[in-house]
Amino acid sequence: MRYITPRKAAAGLGAAHSGTQHHWAMTVSACALILLTPAFLMVIGTAIGLPRDALVGYFGRPYPGLVTALFVIVGMIHFIKGTRIMIEDYLQGTARKGAIIISIIFGWGVIAAAVFALAKMAFINIAI
Amino acid sequence: MADVNRGNRPLSPHLQVYKLPLAAVTSILTRITGHALVAGILLIVWWLVGAVSGPRAFAAADWVVRSWLGFLILTGSAWALWYHALAGIRHLFYDAGIGLGIEESRKSSMAIIVGSVVLTLISLILFFIL
Repeated sequence: MRYITPRKAAAGLGAAHSGTQHHWAMTVSACALILLTPAFLMVIGTAIGLPRDALVGYFGRPYPGLVTALFVIVGMIHFIKGTRIMIEDYLQGTARKGAIIISIIFGWGVIAAAVFALAKMAFINIAI
Repeated sequence: MADVNRGNRPLSPHLQVYKLPLAAVTSILTRITGHALVAGILLIVWWLVGAVSGPRAFAAADWVVRSWLGFLILTGSAWALWYHALAGIRHLFYDAGIGLGIEESRKSSMAIIVGSVVLTLISLILFFIL
């Protein structure tokens, strides 16, 4: 005798393999991005035109660095999940899987590049 | 199949001849702006990586950011970002079942279009005077 409810035995076996997590993740990241968007635009607007050393110093400060890191990380996760919906609308089969994999790798590549650059600027600031 | 009534039935919208309602156009633009934003974020991230890579890498990225092409990409991205943000806020209301009527969605479409242009102009003005 298995001590498992019929519901538990069936959970996750539907065609989609999951429930509403994707939609909820888009809702949460959308709310976060509404707050981050004006802050990010002001940070970038302030930074454009600065010479290299001033730029490194600016993004090495906590507020500009954190706003930029959060915007790129949350934004690209939102992007990965958003492109997935578009890919699922227009592609089927192997092309669909390939495009989703490329989109996820690309998104995390952009996140990694931004986090690396911002971390390096923060450490340069500590060194100064 | 031969005796199926093919007469008085509603037709599905044929995209070449079907006049899309404004709410449909603004909804499609939400997806287009969201995906187009990748250009702006790539330019910004390339610029940030350039700044920690070396003087020549930064000079190349900074030249593009400050060129007319960079201005075009970043101003376009600012509009796309504001548009996508406003349309996204409307989507949150749609999810809650608010504003789904024909007239309401037409009005919110107008608000998104006008609002995104106004916010982009304010962003540009703040950028040039501050």
